[in-house]
Amino acid sequence: MSQPSSDASDASMDLSANLYRSPREQLVKYGLGLCAVLTILTTLGIVGILLYESIGFFSQVSVIDFLTGTDWEFAGADPSFGVLPLVSGTLLITGIAAAVAMPIGLASAIYISEYASPGARRWLKPALEVLAGVPTVVYGFFALTFVSGVIIQGFDSTLPPLNALSAGLVVGIMIIPMVASVSEDAIQAVPKSLAAGAYALGATKFEVVLRVIVPAALSGIIASFILALSRAIGETMIVAIAAGATATLTANPLESIQTMTGFIVQVAKGDIDQGTVSYQSLFAVGLLLYLITLGMNLAANWIIRRYRENY
Amino acid sequence: MNDHSAFHPQLDKRRRYGTLIAGLLFAATMLGLLVLATLIVDVVTTGSGWLSKQFLTGYPTARPETSGIWPAIVGSLYLMLVVAATTVPLGVGTALYLEEYADEGGLKRMIQLNITNLAGVPSVVYGILGLGVFVYLFDMGSSLLAAGLTLSLLVLPIVVISAQEALRSIPQGVRESAFALGATRSQVIWHHLIPMALPGIMTGVILSLSRAVGETAPLVLVGASLAINFTPAHLLDDFTALPMLVFQWTEEPGASFQELAAAAIIVLMAFLLLMNLSAILLRNYFEDQLTG
Repeated sequence: MSQPSSDASDASMDLSANLYRSPREQLVKYGLGLCAVLTILTTLGIVGILLYESIGFFSQVSVIDFLTGTDWEFAGADPSFGVLPLVSGTLLITGIAAAVAMPIGLASAIYISEYASPGARRWLKPALEVLAGVPTVVYGFFALTFVSGVIIQGFDSTLPPLNALSAGLVVGIMIIPMVASVSEDAIQAVPKSLAAGAYALGATKFEVVLRVIVPAALSGIIASFILALSRAIGETMIVAIAAGATATLTANPLESIQTMTGFIVQVAKGDIDQGTVSYQSLFAVGLLLYLITLGMNLAANWIIRRYRENY
Repeated sequence: MNDHSAFHPQLDKRRRYGTLIAGLLFAATMLGLLVLATLIVDVVTTGSGWLSKQFLTGYPTARPETSGIWPAIVGSLYLMLVVAATTVPLGVGTALYLEEYADEGGLKRMIQLNITNLAGVPSVVYGILGLGVFVYLFDMGSSLLAAGLTLSLLVLPIVVISAQEALRSIPQGVRESAFALGATRSQVIWHHLIPMALPGIMTGVILSLSRAVGETAPLVLVGASLAINFTPAHLLDDFTALPMLVFQWTEEPGASFQELAAAAIIVLMAFLLLMNLSAILLRNYFEDQLTG
């Protein structure tokens, strides 16, 4: 009996070499790892640049004045940096958008997952997704020229062409697919046995949907609302074009307002000297915007993760 | 005598109510699509009269009659090239590391959570990042490169997530059989996983490019030019892009500039339609190859 190992000990077939730990393999591994680390650098870059310029800003304007001030006057001889008018503008837009997107998005999710035939579902879902693929600058054009110019001015031509209502309505249309797709995932994840049990007890289809499926999917639906609202808060071009550029503390949707994002675009469009307080205020508002949207996204994703564990 | 009627199923009433609600749900679903249709009809009827060879190949001017969008078309195409050149290696590399190398644990969870959060950062905040880091810190100015890199970071999460999904859908047996034959991990990746994940990766890349080409806020932040009468010659040149012209012309007073904006939107949307169509065709082609 010859030993197989002695036959195989040919130098060109060195099976004892661990290719798995060869320099080449290590290089590939760490090279790919470097790509992954870059995504962390992006976050650090965002936080770093926002903090760096904001610290410059807050060395001249107190944080309390910034957060509680009701007067926003970023240019001119006597600037005033109270961010509340921008926050209220953002909330007004988000509120209008929510009133549009939450019911329509949820209704779409329920219809597509529970009522539509498989054939209808195949084209309804991508058709709704198109709404999310339209560039926001196009929505801005639509909000200004059609929703405000044709519809709102059609009712009363004395109303200002730039107003919160037209921008908010269109932002709402834009975030419908976000509510619909995340809610639909949640509805699809409800075990079929729950619905079957309710049917067996004599419930009609609508009763099953309202009393069994929607409550079971509630956490996912709430997460979809939070995600969509966070998107509305961060939406920029629609409000920059259609909502106006006057930072006013108001709850009247027919007035011209300004949001945090709208302000950032307004400053960026003009040539403001680097290093001035007005320039730095852009970063302070950006930091506030980043923290608000980050908090909402974290909350929504936490709800989605928790909810997935339940079934 | 009333005992047997203590329970009233009232099925007819409840079913009628259910039908009514079903109708309402259907109407709500259609409402979103109706707005989309209105938008398209509005844009096409407003802008189609301005589409001409002169409009497509001319340069932006102060007079709407002589204005064209050629530099914006070229600028948008160049931006897409920069985005594709950076996001494909970085995005696929990140996905490969997370799916094929990283151990389940702290680092992987942290990177994954970070990518999820990056996907939710408003595009205007990416614009601020581009302004602070690329324009000023790296001294690239308001150039094609600065804007392209900003858009790359913006769409990177989309590429990573779609590449991860493509890798996850490959059966574990493919990896195991290649390992059993003595292939190293990088050989498995190069010869098996990347070819098999290619349709999913390419779909993700095309979708991210169509997102990038419509983005406006980051371009405004890095200071893209509004109207320039030249096409960018190199990466550090000034540039303009289709959404920038749409933005500028929409804000311009006067009906003819808004009609011009609508015409530019038609070109932009045709661009997007073409890209999404090619994503669908590519996916179908590859799926036929794999299954046939």
